[in-house]
Amino acid sequence: MSTLITSTQLTARLIEATAATIDAHADLLTGLDQAIGDGDHGLNMKRGFSAIREAAEELAALAPAEALVKAGLILVSKVGGASGPLYGSLLMAMGKSGAARTPDRATVATMFADGVAAVKKRGKAQAGEKTMLEVLVPVLAALSDGVDNDMPLATLLDRIRKAARGGLEASRPLLATKGRASFLGDRSIGHLDPGAQSSCLLVDAICNVIEKDVTQ
Amino acid sequence: MNNNVAIVIVSHSIDVAKGTADMVRQMVGDEVRIAWCGGNPDGGLGTSMPDIKRCIETVYGPRGVAVLVDLGGAETNSEIAIELLPGQWQQNVVICNAPIVEGAVMAATEAAGGSDLAKVRATAEELSP
Repeated sequence: MSTLITSTQLTARLIEATAATIDAHADLLTGLDQAIGDGDHGLNMKRGFSAIREAAEELAALAPAEALVKAGLILVSKVGGASGPLYGSLLMAMGKSGAARTPDRATVATMFADGVAAVKKRGKAQAGEKTMLEVLVPVLAALSDGVDNDMPLATLLDRIRKAARGGLEASRPLLATKGRASFLGDRSIGHLDPGAQSSCLLVDAICNVIEKDVTQ
Repeated sequence: MNNNVAIVIVSHSIDVAKGTADMVRQMVGDEVRIAWCGGNPDGGLGTSMPDIKRCIETVYGPRGVAVLVDLGGAETNSEIAIELLPGQWQQNVVICNAPIVEGAVMAATEAAGGSDLAKVRATAEELSP
């Protein structure tokens, strides 16, 4: 196997791994959101990813691009908070972008770039405003750089994980100017952003699955 | 059924949504079609995209629909609900950048006078800083 998106099995494992990490860290996400938001991020993400998990069999049977669109729609329909439309837009845009392309690494990088662009558009946000983009933007840079330079898979995954963690930590000193946290003004400084944290958890979980199940 | 621009109210709280709709109804009676929704799919605080879409579909007419929202997710979920409507409807549904209660009352009052969607929206948005 030489590509990042391939089989029904891989889709099923990615669904299980992402739902499991959200489950395991729901309290952490809620805690962070209680500090600077409305305290529902853990519960909302859990509701969304549980719904994806319930549809796992159906999703895994689809082509990966279609599965992404469908999973995005599930998030948009089930989450109930701002994270639903944002993560939903990410997945739906990735799916639409990947639909007619060869499933190789360059395609994954393009899909993710289109997904991140959709998050920016939906959230009317850029990196530096203390949102999930603090993680997604550096992850995209690491992914694109790794693909452009034809890095070995292990190195690529390692860089992506580091970019995610670095981005999460970099959200701490930022002043929130988007979302509920922006109402706090200076008091948002010094807290990790809950959306950056959930993005980091998801990136980690996805990297772990790929490292374990995709060899090259 | 009247021909005026319709109003959809989307709050994180079902009580706020209903209360806002009550205030609007008191102003305009049955001259304007109103739908409202609030709460996430589990009934807690939040918004539900399928509920928002249903509300818009319930009151939709050719003069259009003005949507009033409260916080972040209410707006983004409403944007997606609009994008999932039939193509020719989409340009007839707008989200007003206005405070939800005052905006809904002002928009509905304007709509009750027979104004078009752009005017209804502008009247609601005059309330924004």
